[in-house]
Amino acid sequence: MDNQSVLTAAGLQALFDSLRRRGYRIVGPKVRDGAIVYDDIEGVPDLPQGWTDEQAPGRYRLARRDDEALFGYAIGPHSWKAFLHPSVQRLWKSRREGEEVAITPEPPSAERFAFIGVRACELKAIAVQDQVFLGGAHVDAHYRARREGAFVVAVNCAEAGGTCFCVSMKSGPRVDAGYDLALTEIMDGGEHRFVVEAGSAGGGEVLAELPGRAATEGDLAAAEAVVERTAASMGRQMRSDDLHELLLANLEHPRWDEVADRCLTCGNCTMVCPTCFCTSVEDSSDLAGVESSRSRRWDSCFTMDFTHVPSGSVRASARSRYRQWMTHKLATWIDQFGTSGCVGCGRCLTWCPVGIDITEEVRAIRDNPMERGGGT
Amino acid sequence: MWTLEIEPSGPAPVAAAPGQFNMLTAFGVGEAAISLSGDPAEPGRLVHTIRAVGPVSRALAQLRPGAALGLRGPFGAGWPMAEAAGRDVVIMAGGLGLAPLRTAIHRLLTERARYGQVLVLYGARSPADILFRRELETWRRRLDVEIEVTVDHAAVSDWRGHVGVVTTLLGRASFDPANTVALVCGPEIMMRFSAAALADAGVRAEATYLSMERNMKCAIGLCGHCQFGPVFICRDGPVFRYDRIAALLRHKEL
Repeated sequence: MDNQSVLTAAGLQALFDSLRRRGYRIVGPKVRDGAIVYDDIEGVPDLPQGWTDEQAPGRYRLARRDDEALFGYAIGPHSWKAFLHPSVQRLWKSRREGEEVAITPEPPSAERFAFIGVRACELKAIAVQDQVFLGGAHVDAHYRARREGAFVVAVNCAEAGGTCFCVSMKSGPRVDAGYDLALTEIMDGGEHRFVVEAGSAGGGEVLAELPGRAATEGDLAAAEAVVERTAASMGRQMRSDDLHELLLANLEHPRWDEVADRCLTCGNCTMVCPTCFCTSVEDSSDLAGVESSRSRRWDSCFTMDFTHVPSGSVRASARSRYRQWMTHKLATWIDQFGTSGCVGCGRCLTWCPVGIDITEEVRAIRDNPMERGGGT
Repeated sequence: MWTLEIEPSGPAPVAAAPGQFNMLTAFGVGEAAISLSGDPAEPGRLVHTIRAVGPVSRALAQLRPGAALGLRGPFGAGWPMAEAAGRDVVIMAGGLGLAPLRTAIHRLLTERARYGQVLVLYGARSPADILFRRELETWRRRLDVEIEVTVDHAAVSDWRGHVGVVTTLLGRASFDPANTVALVCGPEIMMRFSAAALADAGVRAEATYLSMERNMKCAIGLCGHCQFGPVFICRDGPVFRYDRIAALLRHKEL
């Protein structure tokens, strides 16, 4: 089996057909509501052909490209966690009979997803959530079922967004692990084509069925050039090797007050972040109180309720909530899971209504750190 | 304040260690983390002392005898009872913090010969807020344990005991600080002052333990609510050795 071959757009449609025959529910990028979102797609015609996205802190706009690229955008507000770790997950139902209550746990989903167009930063984000949900003493059965069933078609980024900084977080733009197939879209040389690489046995089986030709030296060099160009055009940079020490030594830095003056504590950053995993639970019942159920739903550390105890909210100030989010993401995540919680995707910059830029917040602290002894 | 006794149905419950907690569900309302406050020598009876302050605890309070509730647990790291063996034990409780310590006190008194001096220093807001008052009176009559109770404020007519914060009791107590294990539970500010007072009295930070409270939804380190810097209170605590969290406690709203 040759594990690198070249497909045309028609060949890509054959990939969709093959995945559907294998019983996958295909989810990929499409244009909806003025953004590129992840949703069920039928095939190539659903892809955002000829579209790109313009991103800056607090700003996202779709724009036409001057070519017909299928993956010529960076990333939108959605991430794959919406499918692997859905925003609402029922955990159990209960039924009361007299004084007895019977509980029926929700079985893990049997749905098998094929994800189309997963970027390097998103593969890293999935690996980060794997660590959270599968790497500890308590494995989340719902996440595991969806994760184990998924087929991942990754795409090497041909375009860095204005808020991208995956190079700084060492999570892109080249996909290097965690995919079944990886595509590199090549627009130059007159032929719109995809260099496809298999990253798993399952990916190799699918690839072998597709109407491709063997990749030439020229194809591989062109694919390499795409990734290099993207790596060289990152919208943002952030030194990341010392963030744990830097932030934990600056927990009382005046910058937290400054950013709190701008932060609306809306929680958008936590909703769009592909690694944020926090949840709450909600119980509901019928009017008679006979049947009830519990659901888990995404929660955000930016809410007052998040830390509510009988004496009040532990993190009542916006300062403490922004500090919790950022120091968790960049520093204490490493203590908890052995990896940073940030993959440099830039969504938290783009979708922040007031354009708070995490790379700028880090820089402000780095450029003017507190005297030693101010932190932990 | 009221105490809930649960009789398990189904599989025999996992024996809980003093200081651990359960997640209790009022069906159709929700779930809350409640510490075990019973006597560990009676493992068949799960005892929880609850203040009815939120929707879940209020719903639990309204359950009729015999009604069903949901229980998951026990969770978390409890009090260091093994380490306390052969040493003096100083218990400092503030307000509702006496409930999670009650299990430890029962254990100490049941195995009294295993420990050195046992002191219980308890501070409540007012005489009316004193938890387990009858039990405290019973313990007080024993000669092998010192029980001291103080209140923040009281009318002269209904209180003849100590007035002042719980740390003021420490000065009068007699124990060997170099050979003491201290167990502290109460509001965070009370625990910070108590830990500092214990250190001043010569008790090492490595022998001082605090039980932390945070919002908890899952109890297994997955929901994110109980984070305290790098630790998950539900999984890594709720009982922590003071030296391991002293730096974190210096920061407000962490």
